[in-house]
Amino acid sequence: MRSDVTGLSESERDALAEIANMGVSRAATSLRQMVGEQVLLSVPAVEIVSRTKAAELAERGGAAKLVAVQQSFEGPFSGRALLIFPEAQSLELVRSIVGDEHSLEDIIDLEQEALAETGNVILNACLATIANVLRRTMRMSLPSVVRGDGTTLFQGPALGSESDLVMFLYIDFTIKNRDIRGFIALLMDLPSIAALKDIVRDFIDGLDKHSGNVG
Amino acid sequence: MNHRVLIVDDSKLARMVMASAFRRIRPDWLLTEATNADEALNAIATGTVEIALIDFNMPGLDGLELVSRIRQRQPNLPIALVSANLQDEIIARARELNASFVAKPVTDEALGAFLSGAALRLRKAAQ
Repeated sequence: MRSDVTGLSESERDALAEIANMGVSRAATSLRQMVGEQVLLSVPAVEIVSRTKAAELAERGGAAKLVAVQQSFEGPFSGRALLIFPEAQSLELVRSIVGDEHSLEDIIDLEQEALAETGNVILNACLATIANVLRRTMRMSLPSVVRGDGTTLFQGPALGSESDLVMFLYIDFTIKNRDIRGFIALLMDLPSIAALKDIVRDFIDGLDKHSGNVG
Repeated sequence: MNHRVLIVDDSKLARMVMASAFRRIRPDWLLTEATNADEALNAIATGTVEIALIDFNMPGLDGLELVSRIRQRQPNLPIALVSANLQDEIIARARELNASFVAKPVTDEALGAFLSGAALRLRKAAQ
C-alpha cells in the first residue's frame, strides 16, 4: 500500500469510492423525493488533482457557467460538499422542486432560497451517511450558492500549503424526464486526505470488532 | 443448513463489509464473490449459487439489469438488491423482479432478515 499523501492505493481508492457512493445514493434518494422524478447516478470517480484540474473536470459537461450549492464540513477531516449543475438549468431545477404551476417570476424569486434548501437536504443526506459509516461526527456549515466557472467554485481558502492538490470525488446525476444534469462532488485538501486515509484504515481494521451497522 | 451465497459488488470494501456481517450472523455459510455482472452470471451458471446479494450501482450492467438477466434462467433464486439508493423506482423494479431490497449501510438485522426469509424459501422449495 502506498503511503504517500498524494497517492491513493487501490484499496483506499475503492473504499473512498464506495463510501462516497453510499452518501451520494442517499442524497439521490432525497433529491428524488424533492423533484418527484427518478435520479440516475454514474459510478463514482476519485481523483487527486490540482484545483485547476478539478475546475476543468467540473466544466467537462461543456458548461462553463455553473451554479453550486456548497456546504463546508469539519471534523476529523474537513472539506466541501457541492451540488453543481449548469447555470442554464438552475431555473428548471427549481421548477421541478416547487412545481410547474408557478410563474417564471415566482420561480426567479424563489431561486436562491430553493437552491440553498435543496442543496442543504441533499448534501446533508450525503455527509451524514458518510459520517455515520465512518463513525465520526462532522459539523456542517449552512449552504451557500456560488455562481461562476469551475475555477471560481473550487477556489481554495488562502492557501498556505505547499501544494494545491485536492481530492476530488464526484458522481454525475441526471433527472429523468427533466433536462437536468449535474454532479455531487466532495473536495478535500491534503491534510484531510491523510486523516481520511487513517480513518478508512481504522474502519477496515475494525470490520470484525463492531456489531455491524455499516456497509 | 448452510447455504452458498454469491456477493456481487464492484467495491472490495463493500464485499469485505458483507463478508464481515456473515461472519457474525451466518459464520458457516459459504461465500463466493463477483466483482461485476459477467462474473456473477458465470458463477450462477455453475448451478451452485443458492442466494445472491447484488449491488445496484456497478460499472457495466447495473444490479437491476443483472437481476433481470438472472431471472431469465432462475425465476426463484432468492436475491436481494443492495444499495444506499432508496429511490421508489429502484425498490419497485427490484420487487417486480421478485428480488428483496437491503439498504446500505447494511445492518446485521436487515441482512439477517433477508437471509432467514431466503433460507425458508429454499427449505420450502426442497420439500
